[in-house]
Amino acid sequence: MGHRTPLYEEHVRAAAKMVDFGGWDMPLHYGSQIAEHHAVRQSAGIFDVSHMRAVEVRGPDARAFLRYLLANDVDKLTVVGKALYGCLLNEQGFVLDDLITYYLAHDWFRIVVNAGPADQDIAWFRAHAQGFTVDISPRADLAMLAVQGPKAYELASPILGPVVDAAFAQLKPFHAAICGDIFIARTGYTGEEGFEILVDAGRVVDLWRGFVRAGIAPAGLGARDTLRLEAGMNLYGHDMDLSVSPLESGLAWTVSLAPGRDFIGRAALLRQQAQGLQRRLAGVVLQGSGVLRSGQVVHCPEGDGLLTSGTFSPSLGRGIGLARVPIAAAVGQVCEVAGRAGRTALARLVAPPFVRHGRALVDL
Amino acid sequence: MSKVPAGLRYTKSHEWVRDTDQGFVVGITDHAQDLMGDMVFVELPKIGAQLIAGKECAVVESVKAASDVYAPVAGEVTEVNQALAEIPETLNRDPYGDGWLFKVRPVDKSILKSLLDAPAYETLLASEG
Repeated sequence: MGHRTPLYEEHVRAAAKMVDFGGWDMPLHYGSQIAEHHAVRQSAGIFDVSHMRAVEVRGPDARAFLRYLLANDVDKLTVVGKALYGCLLNEQGFVLDDLITYYLAHDWFRIVVNAGPADQDIAWFRAHAQGFTVDISPRADLAMLAVQGPKAYELASPILGPVVDAAFAQLKPFHAAICGDIFIARTGYTGEEGFEILVDAGRVVDLWRGFVRAGIAPAGLGARDTLRLEAGMNLYGHDMDLSVSPLESGLAWTVSLAPGRDFIGRAALLRQQAQGLQRRLAGVVLQGSGVLRSGQVVHCPEGDGLLTSGTFSPSLGRGIGLARVPIAAAVGQVCEVAGRAGRTALARLVAPPFVRHGRALVDL
Repeated sequence: MSKVPAGLRYTKSHEWVRDTDQGFVVGITDHAQDLMGDMVFVELPKIGAQLIAGKECAVVESVKAASDVYAPVAGEVTEVNQALAEIPETLNRDPYGDGWLFKVRPVDKSILKSLLDAPAYETLLASEG
């Protein structure tokens, strides 16, 4: 038996199909993951993401510590509440995890990390905190919800209550605010409008029920995966891990190599850049019918690549994926994907995202 | 619990067979569709194809996985459910009805008795836990 979130009983009562994810028993779907996908693209859906871990980094050296710890530069965070996406690297420049950092006060940052690597991340934070006056506190007492979709705010507003509602109305994209015991952020993993909430685990069941009663559809990890892949967002452990750098994973935009700041992995990334990158992460769209699967080989004229994520895109009605391909394999290139029983299918390399805000962004 | 209608015959690989006056109708079981989740593609045999019992003859593909369908009996394919190509989710909604895959004229009709009956298939499902 895996770890259970405070919403486990709610999922079981809703007849969710439960699966293991990063050591947690999580809902895969509540009947149809495609219906849940469309609910998020067209109306609103709610995800239990309480398996993810919030970690407080507090103290006079919090900013200096995170500038050293993370590949992205928290000095980009100049306004309280602003969020920053980035990677945690080891000395070799490989990816330990990807995470979001919220700037809450000059001496207080809140980081949200993935479920699987959470314990290792926290140990890594602590191991590298020597010489910095910081306190690192995982918040296992907090549960997390993601409410996503074009109608997320409209439907959730009466449930949030006037105080949170007023704060949310002021919130810019990728910003967060704390209202009493609710932390609310305009972030997500679907490519749609919406928000994420961190709240005391004891309160989350009532909130969840309120949102569901308001017409927001419970959605599981199945829909979460098709939504994030359509939005061109990486999944840790698939699209990047301890064998690759962010530069080879479509995440160069999250790495700040500007001079004057040392961070763990910087020297290795500069070395990799100087030697010349060999691979990059590309979007892939199947030309005909079928589904792409992670692990499939992609034969390009420039050399072979490997699908790191693959699925059926409910919005496009096509197989889509992300593949690590030779650096010279450019957007528009048609490649052959090795399929079942020796068969091959034609696919085209594209620049993700595939879908954002309910609109297709790639030509079919 | 998965539905296992009485009166049908079943295979260990989760196909069902219904004996009708138009030959045998073949599909995949409620258990199989539930395991696979939302169906997105169905690849059917050609009309006139000669099926060999136990050999793969169709493919069903969900968001999660692709799976071969094995011919429950030997015989000739006389009709396929073309509507599934357009609306594969019918397989999830009605696996024993509108979600049928193909019809086959069996080489030997009596072979049906060698397949599992409903109680035997239920026992198999229980043992797979």
